[in-house]
Amino acid sequence: MKIAILIKQVPGTESSLSIKSDKNWIDESTTTFVMNPPDNFALEEALLIKEKLNKGEVVAVSMGPTRSQKVIREALAKGADRGIHIEEEDNYEKDPLSTSKVFASVLKEEKFDLIFTGLQSDDTGMGQTGVLIGELLNMSTATLVIETDCTETSIKVKRELESGWFQWLTLSLPASLSIQSGLNTPRYPSLKGIMGAKKKEINVISYNDLVGDAPMQKIETVSLPEASKQTEFIEGSSEEIAERLVDILKKEIKVI
Amino acid sequence: MNTLVVLESNRGVLHRLSKEAIVAAQGLGGEVSAIILGKDAESISSELSNVKLEEIIMVKNEYVSSYNADGYTEIISNIIKEESPKNIVLGHTYQTRDFAPRLSARLNIPFIPDLILCHEENFTKQVLNAKLNALIKCTSGQKILSFQSAAFNEENLILGQNKTRLLDIAIDSSIIRSNSEDPFQESAGDVDLESAEVLVSVGRGIEKEENIPLAFNLAELLTAEVSASRPVVDSGWLESFRQVGSSGNNVSPKLYFSLGVSGAIQHVVGMKGAKYILSINKDKEAPIFEIADYAAVGNVLEIIPKLIENLKDQ
Repeated sequence: MKIAILIKQVPGTESSLSIKSDKNWIDESTTTFVMNPPDNFALEEALLIKEKLNKGEVVAVSMGPTRSQKVIREALAKGADRGIHIEEEDNYEKDPLSTSKVFASVLKEEKFDLIFTGLQSDDTGMGQTGVLIGELLNMSTATLVIETDCTETSIKVKRELESGWFQWLTLSLPASLSIQSGLNTPRYPSLKGIMGAKKKEINVISYNDLVGDAPMQKIETVSLPEASKQTEFIEGSSEEIAERLVDILKKEIKVI
Repeated sequence: MNTLVVLESNRGVLHRLSKEAIVAAQGLGGEVSAIILGKDAESISSELSNVKLEEIIMVKNEYVSSYNADGYTEIISNIIKEESPKNIVLGHTYQTRDFAPRLSARLNIPFIPDLILCHEENFTKQVLNAKLNALIKCTSGQKILSFQSAAFNEENLILGQNKTRLLDIAIDSSIIRSNSEDPFQESAGDVDLESAEVLVSVGRGIEKEENIPLAFNLAELLTAEVSASRPVVDSGWLESFRQVGSSGNNVSPKLYFSLGVSGAIQHVVGMKGAKYILSINKDKEAPIFEIADYAAVGNVLEIIPKLIENLKDQ
């Protein structure tokens, strides 16, 4: 089983976000980056499948600036076999479809049985790359996958539907699956894994050497959302806040 | 045809977000038509008999009697090729996430998802966990748009007439590469979040499982049920039937009291209908504060024990 896991490096949830001067994205010089959390679950699922079948290869693929190699190394330390880095600088200028065409052109030659992606990225949250690539490469696709049962020729997946409903689906291979968060417990890399990762190969491909289409959608500006409600901010010591809350619950919302 | 709305059956009835999608489409102007696939096509189109649409296209085919990504992609992309609508509009549902990107790749038209606003050719979407809004411009003549829950209100549907057209489409069975079983529900708990008057909702800010009893103690004093955000359920600290959000329950209590819930979009869509939202979070920039009536900035683990003490003294 040859599995590609697509990983994006995104701003961490705790990172400070300041809008850069031309207003079309955040100032990355003050941002801390992490592996996109949903991709971490997808990586774990890929590693579990490889371990269960006891053969195959897991390839970590990321697109982005040089800093993205950090998340590829992290995946290698956890057990991925090798990495592919599609290196480009202004990744927020690209749209999902043009990005996916570039991914597809790189992944095509490798003939993967499975392509795994996290459900969506914590940055732009377009939530479509895995399905786009699946269609471009004529693979079967499924999203919101929360359980997998993989054999040599097919994969059975449990999909999350809305409002607490689920569905089992059997897909022919090759398949591109986007994985819902929470389906497993992602491992931490071992010291041995971290040491071993340094020797593993990362194939760096320049985005500019690949044939890409012009993006058809583009973020013009980002801005702080306007509050839709008049919000009363309550600040102070814990005692002061607790006192004010009792007041609100009693006199304003009247639930006690 | 200016706009084609792709409707969705939610276990036999029209999905709430499909109605909102029609409102969005009517706002774009021009001629609006809709399409519905599957065994419920007729009953769903009759739900819309008093809505102003050019026509409702009903598609019957044995391979798409229920949802299937391959079949939906094949049929809807063929109809889009034939009708050439400028806009293809959908509710941003789980089903939309599953097949709208397939349409995008097959037809080479961009899919701009999960929009909260659209004004002429400007589309607004939340990014970075709803901490910022992004204004998206599109250079393509044709585009696929999906709208977040409650971006539009179904009360604003423009009423009128429509005609229906039944299409019998043949597709080659070999294009269906998946075999789906019937949807099922996992054992629900005996907690009825959707009719609870007050909810105390637990988020990641509760820090660890050992702190969960704090929420139950507070809930008892407020005659409330305890609900949770996804990360808390994923960590196994609370049962999945307590989850609020797009994959869990949709709630609209009198009071939604959240403890350390950051307010990811997926959570907010399930609770923004609450009459009052009172939130405690240590991060003043937490997205939940944008929709909160009362925003207490501080550490949940320090404030709640004091609040419990005070409430007991009442």
